[in-house]
Amino acid sequence: MTEKPLAIRFEDVTQIFGKPGGKSTTALDGMTFDIAQHEFISVLGPSGCGKSTLLRLVAGLVMPTRGKVSIYDMPVTEPRDEIGLVFQRPTLLPWFDVLSNVTFPMKHKYGRVDAADKVRAQELLGLVGLSDFADKRIEELSGGMQQRVAIARALLHDPDILLMDEPFSALDALTRDEMSFELLSIWTQRPKTVVFITHSIQEAVLLSDRIIVMTPRPGKIREILPVPLARPRSVDTLSDPAFLELSNYIRRQLFSHNVA
Amino acid sequence: MAKALIPIRDWLLLWGDRFAPVLTFAALIAIWEAACRIFDIPRFLLPSPSYIVVGAMDQTVATWAANIWATVKIAFMGYILAIVVSIPISVGLALSRFLSRTVYPLLVVIHSTPVVAIAPIIIVVMGTSALPRVFITFLITFFPIVVTTTAGLMATPQELIELSRSLRATRAREVLHIRLPYALPYIFSALKISSTLAIVGAVVAEFIAAERGLGYFIELQTSFLKINQGFAALVLLVTISLCFFQVIGLIQKTFAPWSLPKKQ
Ligand SMILES: Nc1ncnc2c1ncn2[C@@H]1O[C@H](COP(=O)(O)OP(=O)(O)OP(=O)(O)O)[C@@H](O)[C@H]1O
Ligand SMILES: [Mg+2]
Repeated sequence: MTEKPLAIRFEDVTQIFGKPGGKSTTALDGMTFDIAQHEFISVLGPSGCGKSTLLRLVAGLVMPTRGKVSIYDMPVTEPRDEIGLVFQRPTLLPWFDVLSNVTFPMKHKYGRVDAADKVRAQELLGLVGLSDFADKRIEELSGGMQQRVAIARALLHDPDILLMDEPFSALDALTRDEMSFELLSIWTQRPKTVVFITHSIQEAVLLSDRIIVMTPRPGKIREILPVPLARPRSVDTLSDPAFLELSNYIRRQLFSHNVA
Repeated sequence: MAKALIPIRDWLLLWGDRFAPVLTFAALIAIWEAACRIFDIPRFLLPSPSYIVVGAMDQTVATWAANIWATVKIAFMGYILAIVVSIPISVGLALSRFLSRTVYPLLVVIHSTPVVAIAPIIIVVMGTSALPRVFITFLITFFPIVVTTTAGLMATPQELIELSRSLRATRAREVLHIRLPYALPYIFSALKISSTLAIVGAVVAEFIAAERGLGYFIELQTSFLKINQGFAALVLLVTISLCFFQVIGLIQKTFAPWSLPKKQ
Protein backbone atom coordinates (compact mmCIF):
# COMPACT_ATOMS: atom_id res chain seq x y z
CA MET A 1 0.00 0.00 0.00
CA THR A 2 3.00 2.32 0.31
CA GLU A 3 6.22 2.64 -1.64
CA LYS A 4 8.21 2.76 1.55
CA PRO A 5 10.57 -0.15 2.16
CA LEU A 6 9.36 -3.07 4.15
CA ALA A 7 10.30 -3.10 7.84
CA ILE A 8 8.61 -6.14 9.34
CA ARG A 9 7.05 -9.12 7.59
CA PHE A 10 5.11 -12.01 9.11
CA GLU A 11 4.57 -14.98 6.81
CA ASP A 12 2.05 -17.51 8.04
CA VAL A 13 3.45 -17.29 11.57
CA THR A 14 2.11 -19.76 14.12
CA GLN A 15 3.26 -19.80 17.71
CA ILE A 16 2.46 -22.77 19.91
CA PHE A 17 3.58 -22.85 23.54
CA GLY A 18 4.09 -26.06 25.45
CA LYS A 19 5.38 -29.44 24.38
CA PRO A 20 3.86 -31.06 21.33
CA GLY A 21 1.78 -33.95 22.60
CA GLY A 22 1.50 -32.42 26.07
CA LYS A 23 -0.76 -29.53 27.00
CA SER A 24 -0.13 -26.77 24.50
CA THR A 25 -1.48 -23.31 23.76
CA THR A 26 -1.72 -21.90 20.29
CA ALA A 27 -0.98 -18.24 20.89
CA LEU A 28 -0.87 -17.12 17.26
CA ASP A 29 -2.31 -18.90 14.27
CA GLY A 30 -1.18 -18.24 10.72
CA MET A 31 -0.46 -14.52 10.96
CA THR A 32 0.54 -12.84 7.69
CA PHE A 33 1.11 -9.10 7.37
CA ASP A 34 3.63 -6.48 6.31
CA ILE A 35 4.64 -3.33 8.12
CA ALA A 36 6.31 -0.57 6.13
CA GLN A 37 9.23 1.45 7.39
CA HIS A 38 8.22 4.27 9.74
CA GLU A 39 4.65 3.11 9.78
CA PHE A 40 2.73 3.37 13.06
CA ILE A 41 0.84 0.12 13.58
CA SER A 42 -1.44 -0.70 16.47
CA VAL A 43 -2.44 -4.19 17.43
CA LEU A 44 -5.82 -4.47 19.06
CA GLY A 45 -7.43 -7.57 20.44
CA PRO A 46 -8.92 -9.25 23.49
CA SER A 47 -6.74 -10.32 26.40
CA GLY A 48 -4.72 -13.47 25.78
CA CYS A 49 -5.01 -13.33 21.98
CA GLY A 50 -1.24 -13.31 21.57
CA LYS A 51 -0.40 -9.61 21.22
CA SER A 52 2.60 -9.76 23.52
CA THR A 53 3.72 -12.93 21.78
CA LEU A 54 3.60 -11.10 18.45
CA LEU A 55 5.88 -8.43 19.91
CA ARG A 56 8.31 -10.98 21.31
CA LEU A 57 8.51 -12.59 17.87
CA VAL A 58 9.49 -9.26 16.31
CA ALA A 59 11.97 -8.68 19.13
CA GLY A 60 13.57 -12.05 18.48
CA LEU A 61 12.90 -13.17 22.04
CA VAL A 62 10.91 -16.21 20.89
CA MET A 63 11.16 -18.11 17.62
CA PRO A 64 8.01 -18.99 15.72
CA THR A 65 6.83 -22.59 15.79
CA ARG A 66 5.97 -22.30 12.09
CA GLY A 67 6.26 -19.56 9.49
CA LYS A 68 8.75 -16.74 9.16
CA VAL A 69 9.29 -13.38 10.79
CA SER A 70 11.65 -11.05 8.98
CA ILE A 71 12.98 -7.55 9.54
CA TYR A 72 14.35 -5.71 6.51
CA ASP A 73 14.02 -8.94 4.55
CA MET A 74 16.25 -10.86 6.93
CA PRO A 75 14.75 -13.65 9.01
CA VAL A 76 14.79 -12.91 12.74
CA THR A 77 17.00 -15.45 14.47
CA GLU A 78 18.04 -13.42 17.53
CA PRO A 79 17.32 -10.00 19.06
CA ARG A 80 18.50 -7.21 16.77
CA ASP A 81 19.98 -3.80 17.44
CA GLU A 82 17.23 -1.95 15.53
CA ILE A 83 14.73 -2.70 18.27
CA GLY A 84 13.63 -0.67 21.27
CA LEU A 85 11.24 -2.12 23.85
CA VAL A 86 8.70 -0.40 26.08
CA PHE A 87 6.58 -2.44 28.46
CA GLN A 88 3.34 -1.96 30.34
CA ARG A 89 5.25 -1.35 33.57
CA PRO A 90 8.14 1.11 33.41
CA THR A 91 10.45 -1.42 35.17
CA LEU A 92 13.20 1.08 35.85
CA LEU A 93 16.12 0.32 38.14
CA PRO A 94 15.46 1.88 41.54
CA TRP A 95 19.17 1.95 42.46
CA PHE A 96 20.01 4.35 39.60
CA ASP A 97 18.96 7.94 39.06
CA VAL A 98 16.92 8.92 36.01
CA LEU A 99 19.87 9.59 33.70
CA SER A 100 21.59 6.32 34.55
CA ASN A 101 18.35 4.51 33.86
CA VAL A 102 18.26 6.01 30.38
CA THR A 103 21.88 5.09 29.71
CA PHE A 104 21.46 1.63 31.26
CA PRO A 105 21.22 -0.22 27.91
CA MET A 106 24.74 0.99 27.00
CA LYS A 107 26.15 -0.02 30.36
CA HIS A 108 24.40 -3.35 30.11
CA LYS A 109 25.39 -4.15 26.55
CA TYR A 110 28.89 -2.69 26.37
CA GLY A 111 29.84 -2.40 30.02
CA ARG A 112 30.43 1.34 29.89
CA VAL A 113 28.66 4.64 29.31
CA ASP A 114 30.59 7.37 27.54
CA ALA A 115 30.02 11.11 27.51
CA ALA A 116 28.21 10.98 24.17
CA ASP A 117 25.69 8.49 25.62
CA LYS A 118 25.01 10.87 28.47
CA VAL A 119 24.48 13.78 26.10
CA ARG A 120 22.04 11.72 24.06
CA ALA A 121 20.26 10.58 27.22
CA GLN A 122 19.90 14.20 28.32
CA GLU A 123 18.47 15.10 24.89
CA LEU A 124 15.99 12.26 25.13
CA LEU A 125 14.93 13.39 28.58
CA GLY A 126 14.23 16.76 26.97
CA LEU A 127 12.23 15.02 24.26
CA VAL A 128 10.01 13.31 26.85
CA GLY A 129 9.72 16.50 28.90
CA LEU A 130 11.95 15.52 31.81
CA SER A 131 15.05 17.70 31.25
CA ASP A 132 15.14 18.79 34.86
CA PHE A 133 14.80 15.32 36.31
CA ALA A 134 18.09 13.73 35.23
CA ASP A 135 19.47 13.33 38.74
CA LYS A 136 16.21 12.46 40.48
CA ARG A 137 15.67 9.09 42.06
CA ILE A 138 13.09 6.83 40.43
CA GLU A 139 10.82 6.73 43.47
CA GLU A 140 10.46 10.51 43.25
CA LEU A 141 8.70 10.22 39.88
CA SER A 142 5.02 9.64 39.14
CA GLY A 143 3.90 6.64 37.08
CA GLY A 144 3.60 8.77 33.95
CA MET A 145 7.06 10.24 34.41
CA GLN A 146 8.52 6.77 34.96
CA GLN A 147 6.98 5.60 31.71
CA ARG A 148 8.54 8.60 29.94
CA VAL A 149 11.91 7.55 31.31
CA ALA A 150 11.26 4.03 30.02
CA ILE A 151 10.51 5.48 26.57
CA ALA A 152 13.73 7.53 26.67
CA ARG A 153 15.61 4.36 27.65
CA ALA A 154 14.14 2.51 24.67
CA LEU A 155 15.16 5.34 22.32
CA LEU A 156 18.75 5.60 23.55
CA HIS A 157 20.36 3.54 20.79
CA ASP A 158 18.08 5.25 18.27
CA PRO A 159 16.30 2.06 17.27
CA ASP A 160 14.53 2.03 13.95
CA ILE A 161 11.74 -0.13 15.32
CA LEU A 162 9.95 0.67 18.55
CA LEU A 163 7.89 -2.10 20.13
CA MET A 164 5.44 -0.97 22.78
CA ASP A 165 3.36 -3.39 24.82
CA GLU A 166 0.40 -1.54 26.32
CA PRO A 167 2.75 1.25 27.41
CA PHE A 168 0.07 3.57 28.75
CA SER A 169 -2.44 1.13 30.19
CA ALA A 170 -1.16 1.46 33.75
CA LEU A 171 -1.65 5.24 33.66
CA ASP A 172 -4.69 7.29 34.59
CA ALA A 173 -6.92 8.50 31.76
CA LEU A 174 -5.62 12.08 31.67
CA THR A 175 -1.95 11.14 31.70
CA ARG A 176 -2.74 8.55 29.12
CA ASP A 177 -4.13 11.07 26.63
CA GLU A 178 -1.22 13.38 27.29
CA MET A 179 1.25 10.56 26.66
CA SER A 180 -0.48 9.62 23.40
CA PHE A 181 0.06 13.08 21.98
CA GLU A 182 3.58 13.13 23.30
CA LEU A 183 4.32 9.83 21.59
CA LEU A 184 2.97 11.25 18.33
CA SER A 185 5.24 14.25 18.64
CA ILE A 186 8.26 12.04 19.37
CA TRP A 187 7.39 9.85 16.41
CA THR A 188 7.14 12.94 14.18
CA GLN A 189 10.51 14.24 15.34
CA ARG A 190 12.21 10.85 15.13
CA PRO A 191 10.41 8.74 12.57
CA LYS A 192 10.33 5.08 13.52
CA THR A 193 8.43 1.95 12.77
CA VAL A 194 6.18 1.57 15.78
CA VAL A 195 4.28 -1.55 16.76
CA PHE A 196 1.94 -0.41 19.48
CA ILE A 197 -0.13 -2.88 21.46
CA THR A 198 -3.18 -1.59 23.20
CA HIS A 199 -6.58 -2.47 24.60
CA SER A 200 -7.85 1.00 23.87
CA ILE A 201 -9.70 1.54 20.61
CA GLN A 202 -9.40 5.30 20.96
CA GLU A 203 -5.63 5.10 21.42
CA ALA A 204 -5.25 2.80 18.42
CA VAL A 205 -7.29 5.02 16.11
CA LEU A 206 -5.71 8.25 17.31
CA LEU A 207 -2.14 7.08 16.89
CA SER A 208 -1.96 4.64 14.03
CA ASP A 209 -1.56 4.49 10.27
CA ARG A 210 -3.10 1.04 10.32
CA ILE A 211 -4.68 -1.16 12.98
CA ILE A 212 -4.37 -4.92 13.16
CA VAL A 213 -7.52 -6.23 14.83
CA MET A 214 -7.14 -9.74 16.20
CA THR A 215 -9.57 -12.52 17.08
CA PRO A 216 -9.65 -14.17 20.51
CA ARG A 217 -7.50 -17.22 21.15
CA PRO A 218 -5.95 -18.57 19.07
CA GLY A 219 -4.94 -15.14 17.79
CA LYS A 220 -5.60 -14.61 14.11
CA ILE A 221 -5.95 -11.47 12.07
CA ARG A 222 -9.56 -10.44 11.98
CA GLU A 223 -8.93 -7.37 9.87
CA ILE A 224 -6.27 -4.81 9.05
CA LEU A 225 -7.79 -1.33 8.98
CA PRO A 226 -6.20 1.77 7.50
CA VAL A 227 -6.89 4.90 9.54
CA PRO A 228 -8.14 7.63 7.18
CA LEU A 229 -7.21 10.56 9.41
CA ALA A 230 -4.87 13.35 8.42
CA ARG A 231 -1.69 14.08 10.34
CA PRO A 232 -0.63 15.82 12.46
CA ARG A 233 -3.38 14.64 14.76
CA SER A 234 -4.53 16.66 17.72
CA VAL A 235 -7.30 16.86 20.31
CA ASP A 236 -9.62 17.89 17.46
CA THR A 237 -9.02 14.54 15.82
CA LEU A 238 -10.93 12.93 18.67
CA SER A 239 -14.15 14.58 17.53
CA ASP A 240 -13.57 14.04 13.80
CA PRO A 241 -16.53 12.08 12.33
CA ALA A 242 -14.11 9.67 10.63
CA PHE A 243 -12.49 9.01 14.02
CA LEU A 244 -15.81 8.20 15.62
CA GLU A 245 -16.96 6.10 12.72
CA LEU A 246 -13.84 3.96 12.73
CA SER A 247 -13.88 3.59 16.52
CA ASN A 248 -17.48 2.44 16.47
CA TYR A 249 -16.79 0.04 13.64
CA ILE A 250 -13.91 -1.58 15.56
CA ARG A 251 -16.00 -1.78 18.72
CA ARG A 252 -18.73 -3.62 16.85
CA GLN A 253 -16.14 -5.95 15.32
CA LEU A 254 -14.57 -6.80 18.67
CA PHE A 255 -17.87 -7.48 20.37
CA SER A 256 -19.59 -9.24 17.48
CA HIS A 257 -18.40 -12.69 18.53
CA ASN A 258 -20.07 -12.22 21.90
CA VAL A 259 -23.40 -11.64 20.20
CA ALA A 260 -23.16 -14.30 17.55
CA MET B 1 -3.92 26.67 83.41
CA ALA B 2 -5.16 23.75 81.30
CA LYS B 3 -3.78 25.45 78.22
CA ALA B 4 -0.37 25.74 79.78
CA LEU B 5 -0.36 21.99 80.39
CA ILE B 6 -0.93 21.08 76.76
CA PRO B 7 2.69 21.62 75.64
CA ILE B 8 3.83 19.50 78.57
CA ARG B 9 1.38 16.77 77.62
CA ASP B 10 2.59 16.86 73.98
CA TRP B 11 6.14 16.81 75.20
CA LEU B 12 5.46 13.80 77.37
CA LEU B 13 3.75 11.98 74.49
CA LEU B 14 6.61 12.72 72.14
CA TRP B 15 9.33 11.57 74.49
CA GLY B 16 7.20 8.70 75.74
CA ASP B 17 6.93 7.46 72.17
CA ARG B 18 10.60 7.95 71.49
CA PHE B 19 11.76 6.12 74.60
CA ALA B 20 8.97 3.52 74.76
CA PRO B 21 11.32 0.58 73.98
CA VAL B 22 13.90 1.65 76.58
CA LEU B 23 11.20 2.33 79.16
CA THR B 24 9.68 -1.10 78.57
CA PHE B 25 13.01 -2.75 79.30
CA ALA B 26 13.68 -0.61 82.34
CA ALA B 27 10.23 -1.49 83.70
CA LEU B 28 10.77 -5.20 83.07
CA ILE B 29 14.10 -5.16 84.86
CA ALA B 30 12.57 -3.28 87.79
CA ILE B 31 9.76 -5.83 88.03
CA TRP B 32 12.28 -8.66 87.84
CA GLU B 33 14.41 -7.15 90.61
CA ALA B 34 11.36 -6.50 92.78
CA ALA B 35 9.96 -10.00 92.23
CA CYS B 36 13.26 -11.61 93.21
CA ARG B 37 13.36 -9.61 96.44
CA ILE B 38 9.69 -9.76 97.37
CA PHE B 39 9.24 -13.48 96.73
CA ASP B 40 12.74 -14.34 97.90
CA ILE B 41 13.46 -16.45 94.82
CA PRO B 42 16.57 -18.60 95.36
CA ARG B 43 19.57 -17.03 93.61
CA PHE B 44 20.60 -20.26 91.89
CA LEU B 45 17.16 -20.51 90.23
CA LEU B 46 16.64 -16.93 89.07
CA PRO B 47 19.28 -14.37 89.98
CA SER B 48 18.08 -10.80 90.31
CA PRO B 49 19.47 -8.20 87.87
CA SER B 50 21.63 -6.69 90.60
CA TYR B 51 23.07 -10.11 91.44
CA ILE B 52 23.82 -10.64 87.71
CA VAL B 53 25.76 -7.39 87.74
CA VAL B 54 27.67 -8.64 90.77
CA GLY B 55 28.39 -11.85 88.85
CA ALA B 56 29.66 -9.88 85.89
CA MET B 57 32.03 -7.95 88.14
CA ASP B 58 33.45 -11.22 89.52
CA GLN B 59 35.28 -11.78 86.26
CA THR B 60 38.01 -9.53 84.94
CA VAL B 61 37.45 -7.41 81.87
CA ALA B 62 40.16 -9.44 80.16
CA THR B 63 38.21 -12.67 80.73
CA TRP B 64 35.05 -11.20 79.31
CA ALA B 65 36.91 -9.71 76.36
CA ALA B 66 38.63 -13.01 75.55
CA ASN B 67 35.33 -14.90 75.65
CA ILE B 68 33.46 -12.30 73.63
CA TRP B 69 36.20 -12.20 71.03
CA ALA B 70 36.25 -16.02 70.75
CA THR B 71 32.50 -16.19 70.12
CA VAL B 72 32.34 -13.19 67.81
CA LYS B 73 35.25 -14.53 65.76
CA ILE B 74 33.59 -17.91 65.19
CA ALA B 75 30.18 -16.35 64.47
CA PHE B 76 31.68 -13.86 62.03
CA MET B 77 33.77 -16.43 60.17
CA GLY B 78 30.85 -18.84 59.86
CA TYR B 79 28.61 -16.00 58.71
CA ILE B 80 31.04 -14.78 56.05
CA LEU B 81 31.57 -18.34 54.86
CA ALA B 82 27.80 -18.76 54.61
CA ILE B 83 27.46 -15.58 52.51
CA VAL B 84 30.37 -16.45 50.24
CA VAL B 85 29.00 -19.94 49.61
CA SER B 86 25.28 -19.12 49.52
CA ILE B 87 25.17 -16.30 47.00
CA PRO B 88 26.85 -18.20 44.14
CA ILE B 89 24.68 -21.24 44.96
CA SER B 90 21.61 -19.00 44.78
CA VAL B 91 22.68 -17.67 41.40
CA GLY B 92 23.10 -21.24 40.18
CA LEU B 93 19.71 -22.27 41.56
CA ALA B 94 17.97 -19.26 40.03
CA LEU B 95 19.49 -19.68 36.58
CA SER B 96 19.62 -23.42 36.13
CA ARG B 97 16.71 -25.76 36.30
CA PHE B 98 19.19 -28.63 36.48
CA LEU B 99 20.82 -27.24 39.62
CA SER B 100 17.53 -26.44 41.27
CA ARG B 101 16.43 -30.05 40.60
CA THR B 102 19.65 -31.58 41.92
CA VAL B 103 21.37 -29.29 44.42
CA TYR B 104 18.29 -27.80 46.03
CA PRO B 105 16.86 -31.08 47.42
CA LEU B 106 20.30 -31.77 48.82
CA LEU B 107 20.32 -28.42 50.60
CA VAL B 108 16.88 -29.11 52.05
CA VAL B 109 18.11 -32.42 53.46
CA ILE B 110 21.17 -30.73 54.96
CA HIS B 111 19.01 -28.02 56.46
CA SER B 112 16.54 -30.58 57.86
CA THR B 113 19.29 -32.39 59.73
CA PRO B 114 19.29 -31.08 63.32
CA VAL B 115 22.62 -29.29 63.55
CA VAL B 116 22.81 -29.86 67.29
CA ALA B 117 22.62 -33.59 66.65
CA ILE B 118 25.37 -33.76 64.04
CA ALA B 119 27.57 -31.18 65.74
CA PRO B 120 29.37 -33.80 67.91
CA ILE B 121 30.03 -35.87 64.78
CA ILE B 122 31.43 -32.82 62.98
CA ILE B 123 33.76 -32.16 65.88
CA VAL B 124 34.98 -35.73 65.90
CA VAL B 125 35.61 -35.60 62.16
CA MET B 126 37.15 -32.15 61.97
CA GLY B 127 39.09 -32.08 65.22
CA THR B 128 39.10 -29.47 67.94
CA SER B 129 40.37 -26.45 66.01
CA ALA B 130 38.15 -23.49 65.15
CA LEU B 131 37.25 -25.18 61.87
CA PRO B 132 34.38 -27.39 63.11
CA ARG B 133 32.89 -24.47 65.05
CA VAL B 134 32.98 -22.26 61.98
CA PHE B 135 31.43 -25.08 59.97
CA ILE B 136 28.61 -25.58 62.48
CA THR B 137 27.88 -21.84 62.39
CA PHE B 138 27.89 -22.01 58.62
CA LEU B 139 25.41 -24.91 58.64
CA ILE B 140 22.96 -22.96 60.76
CA THR B 141 23.24 -19.70 58.81
CA PHE B 142 23.50 -20.60 55.13
CA PHE B 143 20.04 -21.93 54.41
CA PRO B 144 17.99 -18.77 54.96
CA ILE B 145 20.48 -16.90 52.77
CA VAL B 146 20.22 -19.42 49.93
CA VAL B 147 16.44 -19.65 49.99
CA THR B 148 15.78 -15.94 50.30
CA THR B 149 18.43 -14.87 47.80
CA THR B 150 17.16 -17.37 45.25
CA ALA B 151 13.63 -16.06 45.73
CA GLY B 152 14.95 -12.54 45.20
CA LEU B 153 16.83 -13.47 42.05
CA MET B 154 13.70 -15.09 40.64
CA ALA B 155 11.52 -12.10 41.54
CA THR B 156 13.26 -9.86 39.01
CA PRO B 157 10.65 -8.39 36.65
CA GLN B 158 10.39 -10.47 33.49
CA GLU B 159 10.48 -7.29 31.42
CA LEU B 160 14.00 -6.48 32.56
CA ILE B 161 15.18 -9.96 31.68
CA GLU B 162 13.64 -9.50 28.23
CA LEU B 163 15.29 -6.10 27.94
CA SER B 164 18.59 -7.77 28.77
CA ARG B 165 17.99 -10.50 26.18
CA SER B 166 16.96 -7.97 23.56
CA LEU B 167 20.30 -6.22 24.10
CA ARG B 168 22.05 -9.60 23.78
CA ALA B 169 23.84 -8.90 27.04
CA THR B 170 25.82 -11.72 28.64
CA ARG B 171 24.31 -13.88 31.34
CA ALA B 172 26.94 -12.58 33.77
CA ARG B 173 25.78 -9.00 33.20
CA GLU B 174 22.16 -10.06 33.54
CA VAL B 175 23.01 -11.38 37.00
CA LEU B 176 25.32 -8.53 38.02
CA HIS B 177 23.38 -5.57 36.61
CA ILE B 178 19.82 -6.74 37.10
CA ARG B 179 19.17 -9.84 39.15
CA LEU B 180 21.53 -9.34 42.08
CA PRO B 181 20.68 -5.67 42.70
CA TYR B 182 16.99 -6.56 42.42
CA ALA B 183 17.54 -9.30 45.01
CA LEU B 184 19.26 -6.93 47.46
CA PRO B 185 16.18 -6.28 49.61
CA TYR B 186 15.78 -10.05 49.89
CA ILE B 187 19.48 -10.59 50.53
CA PHE B 188 19.52 -8.02 53.30
CA SER B 189 16.56 -9.52 55.10
CA ALA B 190 18.26 -12.91 54.87
CA LEU B 191 21.48 -11.42 56.22
CA LYS B 192 19.59 -9.96 59.16
CA ILE B 193 17.98 -13.29 60.01
CA SER B 194 21.28 -15.10 59.62
CA SER B 195 23.23 -12.58 61.68
CA THR B 196 21.46 -13.68 64.84
CA LEU B 197 21.58 -17.32 63.76
CA ALA B 198 25.36 -17.01 63.48
CA ILE B 199 25.58 -16.28 67.22
CA VAL B 200 23.35 -19.30 67.87
CA GLY B 201 25.67 -21.44 65.75
CA ALA B 202 28.81 -20.29 67.52
CA VAL B 203 27.27 -20.91 70.96
CA VAL B 204 26.02 -24.38 70.00
CA ALA B 205 29.50 -25.27 68.77
CA GLU B 206 31.05 -23.96 71.97
CA PHE B 207 28.67 -26.01 74.09
CA ILE B 208 30.06 -29.12 72.45
CA ALA B 209 33.74 -28.39 72.11
CA ALA B 210 35.58 -25.28 73.14
CA GLU B 211 37.85 -23.93 75.81
CA ARG B 212 36.89 -20.31 75.23
CA GLY B 213 33.82 -18.33 74.23
CA LEU B 214 30.60 -17.20 75.84
CA GLY B 215 28.84 -20.50 75.11
CA TYR B 216 31.66 -22.42 76.76
CA PHE B 217 31.62 -19.92 79.64
CA ILE B 218 27.90 -20.41 80.28
CA GLU B 219 28.31 -24.17 80.25
CA LEU B 220 31.23 -23.99 82.66
CA GLN B 221 29.72 -21.52 85.14
CA THR B 222 26.31 -23.17 85.28
CA SER B 223 28.00 -26.50 86.06
CA PHE B 224 29.29 -24.77 89.20
CA LEU B 225 25.78 -23.38 89.78
CA LYS B 226 27.06 -19.85 89.21
CA ILE B 227 23.84 -18.95 87.48
CA ASN B 228 24.38 -15.21 87.78
CA GLN B 229 27.59 -15.47 85.74
CA GLY B 230 25.75 -17.52 83.15
CA PHE B 231 23.13 -14.81 82.96
CA ALA B 232 25.79 -12.14 82.59
CA ALA B 233 27.21 -14.04 79.61
CA LEU B 234 23.70 -14.38 78.22
CA VAL B 235 23.15 -10.64 78.40
CA LEU B 236 26.37 -10.17 76.47
CA LEU B 237 25.25 -12.67 73.82
CA VAL B 238 21.96 -10.85 73.36
CA THR B 239 23.82 -7.56 73.07
CA ILE B 240 26.21 -8.99 70.49
CA SER B 241 23.28 -10.38 68.47
CA LEU B 242 21.54 -7.02 68.53
CA CYS B 243 24.69 -5.18 67.48
CA PHE B 244 25.28 -7.64 64.67
CA PHE B 245 21.72 -7.14 63.45
CA GLN B 246 22.03 -3.36 63.68
CA VAL B 247 25.31 -3.32 61.78
CA ILE B 248 23.69 -5.15 58.86
CA GLY B 249 20.84 -2.64 58.94
CA LEU B 250 23.36 0.19 58.93
CA ILE B 251 25.26 -1.27 55.98
CA GLN B 252 22.00 -1.55 54.05
CA LYS B 253 21.04 2.02 54.91
CA THR B 254 24.44 3.34 53.86
CA PHE B 255 25.12 1.41 50.69
CA ALA B 256 21.65 0.50 49.38
CA PRO B 257 19.09 2.87 50.88
CA TRP B 258 16.67 2.21 48.01
CA SER B 259 16.43 -1.43 49.10
CA LEU B 260 14.93 -0.56 52.48
CA PRO B 261 11.29 -1.49 52.96
CA LYS B 262 9.08 1.43 51.97
CA LYS B 263 7.53 3.29 54.87
CA GLN B 264 3.86 4.16 54.54
N1 LIG C 1 6.13 -18.37 27.50
C1 LIG C 1 4.90 -18.90 27.42
N2 LIG C 1 4.68 -20.18 27.74
C2 LIG C 1 3.45 -20.71 27.66
N3 LIG C 1 2.35 -20.05 27.26
C3 LIG C 1 2.49 -18.75 26.93
C4 LIG C 1 3.78 -18.10 27.00
N4 LIG C 1 3.62 -16.82 26.60
C5 LIG C 1 2.31 -16.68 26.31
N5 LIG C 1 1.62 -17.83 26.50
C6 LIG C 1 0.20 -18.05 26.25
O1 LIG C 1 -0.09 -17.55 24.97
C7 LIG C 1 -1.33 -16.87 24.96
C8 LIG C 1 -1.13 -15.45 24.46
O2 LIG C 1 -0.35 -14.74 25.39
P1 LIG C 1 0.02 -13.22 25.20
O3 LIG C 1 0.72 -12.79 26.42
O4 LIG C 1 0.72 -13.04 23.91
O5 LIG C 1 -1.41 -12.53 25.13
P2 LIG C 1 -1.78 -10.99 25.09
O6 LIG C 1 -2.65 -10.78 23.93
O7 LIG C 1 -0.56 -10.17 25.20
O8 LIG C 1 -2.65 -10.84 26.42
P3 LIG C 1 -2.85 -9.55 27.33
O9 LIG C 1 -3.70 -8.60 26.56
O10 LIG C 1 -3.53 -10.07 28.54
O11 LIG C 1 -1.48 -8.99 27.61
C9 LIG C 1 -1.86 -16.93 26.37
O12 LIG C 1 -2.80 -17.96 26.44
C10 LIG C 1 -0.67 -17.27 27.21
O13 LIG C 1 -1.05 -18.05 28.30
MG1 LIG D 1 0.21 -8.86 26.73
